[in-house]
Amino acid sequence: MKAIKNIRDKIRPHFETGGRFSKFYRAWEAFDTFLFVPEKTTFKGSHIRDAIDLKRTMIYVIISLIPPLLVGIWNIGQQYYHAVGIDPTIQESFTLGLIRIIPLIIVSYAAGLATEFIFAVIHNKEVNEGFLVTGLLVVLILPPTMPLWMVAVANIFAVIVGKEIFGGTGMNVVNPALLSRSFILFGYPAYLSGEVYTYTEVQEGHQLVDGYSGATPLSLVAEGEMEAIPSDFNMFIGDMPGVIGETSFAAIMLGGLFLAITGVGSLRIMLSVFAGGIFMAGLFNVIALNEYMMIPIHKHLLLGAFAFGAVYMATDPVTSAQTGRGKYIYGFLIGVLIILIRVVNPGFPGGVMLAILLMNVFAPLIDHYVIQANIKRRMKRIKNNPVNVKENLNS
Amino acid sequence: MSENTKNKAEPLFSYKNKKLITNPIGKENPITIQVLGICSVLAVTVQLRPSLVLAIAVVAVMGISNVVISLIRNITPPRIRIIVQLTVIASLVIIVDEVLKAAMYDVSRQLAIFVGLIITNCIIMGRLEGFALYNKPWPSFLDGIGNASGYGAVLIAVGFIRELFGSGTLMGQQVIPEFLYNIGYVDNGLFILPPMAMIAVGVMIWVQRTRDPELIDVS
Repeated sequence: MKAIKNIRDKIRPHFETGGRFSKFYRAWEAFDTFLFVPEKTTFKGSHIRDAIDLKRTMIYVIISLIPPLLVGIWNIGQQYYHAVGIDPTIQESFTLGLIRIIPLIIVSYAAGLATEFIFAVIHNKEVNEGFLVTGLLVVLILPPTMPLWMVAVANIFAVIVGKEIFGGTGMNVVNPALLSRSFILFGYPAYLSGEVYTYTEVQEGHQLVDGYSGATPLSLVAEGEMEAIPSDFNMFIGDMPGVIGETSFAAIMLGGLFLAITGVGSLRIMLSVFAGGIFMAGLFNVIALNEYMMIPIHKHLLLGAFAFGAVYMATDPVTSAQTGRGKYIYGFLIGVLIILIRVVNPGFPGGVMLAILLMNVFAPLIDHYVIQANIKRRMKRIKNNPVNVKENLNS
Repeated sequence: MSENTKNKAEPLFSYKNKKLITNPIGKENPITIQVLGICSVLAVTVQLRPSLVLAIAVVAVMGISNVVISLIRNITPPRIRIIVQLTVIASLVIIVDEVLKAAMYDVSRQLAIFVGLIITNCIIMGRLEGFALYNKPWPSFLDGIGNASGYGAVLIAVGFIRELFGSGTLMGQQVIPEFLYNIGYVDNGLFILPPMAMIAVGVMIWVQRTRDPELIDVS
């Protein structure tokens, strides 16, 4: 640690005002504060200070993403070995998963962070840590078969159009990770169709099992093959084809618990997304016009990215509703929309991304009406008991 | 009267007249600054050829209609000026439509209703109302050509970007080399969808206003 500090103190003057690389000060600062505690202290006025700043918040989200990531890595290998008809050990699955996921993560971070750094240097503002989470989330919501260059293009698009246009981290209207995925969904639909999710570059000596399709449970359901979907237990632990992070309900719940306990992710949103999903799935069970509508409620929650969206995507602190009551409405509508898109729209087997993006756009509107309702309620209270209010003011 | 004689002596391409053409292409662009005529930009720019044809059609309609309105500006009763303008534009659009059908039937099919919708293009009505009604034919002509070119330039730029990345072609000719496809390049379907036109225009507006902060209106 000492050695790093010495190097840092040595090259530091070059980046400060008047130095040779002063243009790139912001890029330097980003690495510097990543490694060391910033030396800046408050010098004016007094403010309530919290130990947790943006950087630490983001680290908490990364920690919460570890369980789905680990299961995802294991599952990449697991699905491959299912496809070639071999019973793998955990190490074998893991190794294969790592070989596939590491390039994806590197490309995702490199493309997104490079774009952020360029904009930070141009605008001379601090590089924010938002992308540390976004870069990992993007990988977790893509299938392992994704070509690397598409991930790079999608991330560059998402950072520029989703964040930088609106003024950078914290100003974005929609979730950048989902924007990146939607760019791929609409730009290269064949690569996200739900039938190509298993990593099947068959190695030497292996052969695909006859009749293996590799379709995700959701696309099986959409085609009406209800018997072919994996058992509840397999979907619970995450042994099914799907995008990398979404498969394991158990791991996602573990991460969600961590987010809820630390207060980084809003428990209200998570619960209300589930409530909305259960409500809508139950409603479809009652209507029961076709086979799809009759899927049991608990299966809906296990299928596809429902849990992942509820825990990690809907709770994004920037794009979700900010008011307490607004969060319930926002989450509930996401849950309703996910099931609605899933069941009613044959074009998109998975509705999680579209539902959350749509509600991201509506979140400010929800907040506006919640606040207006609150103002009205309090005005009414004043009008009804003017005396009381006066007394309260005086006391 | 003295002003009148001064105007007569003015050369055809005086500084002021040149500005009538160059301003609408740059910092008074009808699309990126005034944000008019957006629907046709979103609808017809999937490929370069229809964008080009529509741009030329609008230049023709706008140039001629500005001249016509300017010529009759002193005998048009103010109360019925809008309907007179519409009649002029509509007649010109019908001519353009017929010419297109005769000369370039496939493009005319592609443009479909958007040739007819030139009539409702806010830019044309706006320039007639705002300029041709109060100015002489020659400046009006330049103003019409200038604004239509500003509109056309954006149309062509968006069409270029969308056709290149959406289909890998330009004017129907493949330009992205075959070996790129062989090593895994895929055309981007998002560029074929109208939202991408909106994003492209949005990015143009962003870039233009960043380069010229004068244009930013804080409202």
